Amino acid sequence: MAKNSMEVKDLDFYYGDFHALHNISLKMPANKVTSFIGPSGCGKSTFLRTLNRMNDLIEGTRVDGAVLIDGKNIYGEGIDIVDLRKRVGMVFQHPNPFPKSIYDNVAYGPRAHGLKDKEKLDQIVEESLKSAALWDEVKDKLDSSAMGISGGQKQRLCIARALAVNPEILLMDEPTSALDPIATAKIEDLIEDLKKDYTIVIVTHSMQQAARISDYTAFFYMGDLIEHGATEKIFEKPENQKTEDYITGRFG
Amino acid sequence: MVRDTFHQKLEHLNQDLLKMGSMVEEAIHKAVTSLMEQDKELAQEVIDNDDVLDDYEAKIEQECIQLIALQQPVAKDLRRIDMISKIVTDLERIGDLAQNVAIVTCELENDRFVKPLVDVPRMAEIAQEMLRECLDAFVNSDVDKARKTAQMDDKVDMLDSQIFRELLTYMMEDPKSIRQGNYLLFVSRYLERAADHATNICERVIYMITADRESY
Repeated sequence: MAKNSMEVKDLDFYYGDFHALHNISLKMPANKVTSFIGPSGCGKSTFLRTLNRMNDLIEGTRVDGAVLIDGKNIYGEGIDIVDLRKRVGMVFQHPNPFPKSIYDNVAYGPRAHGLKDKEKLDQIVEESLKSAALWDEVKDKLDSSAMGISGGQKQRLCIARALAVNPEILLMDEPTSALDPIATAKIEDLIEDLKKDYTIVIVTHSMQQAARISDYTAFFYMGDLIEHGATEKIFEKPENQKTEDYITGRFG
Repeated sequence: MVRDTFHQKLEHLNQDLLKMGSMVEEAIHKAVTSLMEQDKELAQEVIDNDDVLDDYEAKIEQECIQLIALQQPVAKDLRRIDMISKIVTDLERIGDLAQNVAIVTCELENDRFVKPLVDVPRMAEIAQEMLRECLDAFVNSDVDKARKTAQMDDKVDMLDSQIFRELLTYMMEDPKSIRQGNYLLFVSRYLERAADHATNICERVIYMITADRESY
């Protein structure tokens, strides 16, 4: 299996008695963008969160099945969750920088993992901000508060923060839903650049966004994975009637 | 996210295309009738009406572009809109061919036909039927009907070559019949081309429904 690839096998997920995801199997190839689409409540965000065990934080949840990263089950024995979340970074719907300086936001992760060397930190901060296409806009104000930049810049800062710990996989939960079209376009371009180095999995409410940026698209409905495949195939000639009805706006 | 407004607009577009289709069918019928009955007035009506068809084509194309720009259709909706904007081109061409037949009517207004026209009206009938059937297949998303209709084109091609052989004989026997013979050969070719455009429409309807290309 290629490095940075992810594979889910027969995954079931429960919130208490509620069976939220039914026997999901899906491969997310390395260095590709895979997007999840589906109406609200279909389970796509829940599924995304199973990929770095974010659901562990919610009481009463249970997972059956396996999520393999480079062949190794993240729900298996001896998995260090901190290490897992370092390998599988996450960016959320609303940009949520810490109330600290721009520099400190990006340096937070490496410092938490024990890095103290100032020169090394400077280098990581610069590289991460460059990768997130934010460096040119903030290089002269790294010490200013991260709360003072625009929404689109904040989201790119959060992406830089996620990149700073050198992940392999990046999960994004509706990363542009709170952004204007220009900031959205910047993030979308960024995703295209980032896939050279990372495997990206994104949940989006915008079908056009999924069509624009992803290599593979998976359609979820009521906790089932209805159809997945190459994005062109899903949007040009889906096989399942439910997929076709959803993407053409006949239900949802 | 049910898109009622969009689907209403799409339905409206279907209706416009059907309306143009029946106008084109009528144009062929009138053009060939005008030739048979040497009715110049009827021929003139067909010629004058061609502008209306051209306007219809432009209007439908505009509606297609607008739906694509404003509604971002995908999958079968996108194929339908794309095919409609191609089908109108075929329909407009068939309209032009009907007009060409009407122009021949005007040229042969005072001629006595060298022989009774039998195969020409048969060709026209088949071409009209193909047009009706392919538009029916379009409305009902009926792949089988589209395939069957496309196969009717063979009969039209056969009649075209039959007419060619026959008229050639007449023209060889009597050079005075060459002018009329040529005009009638044109008519035969116009109708053969009209049936080809109807075949194109069948292929587009098949693609619209199945997303796969088939050629006839």
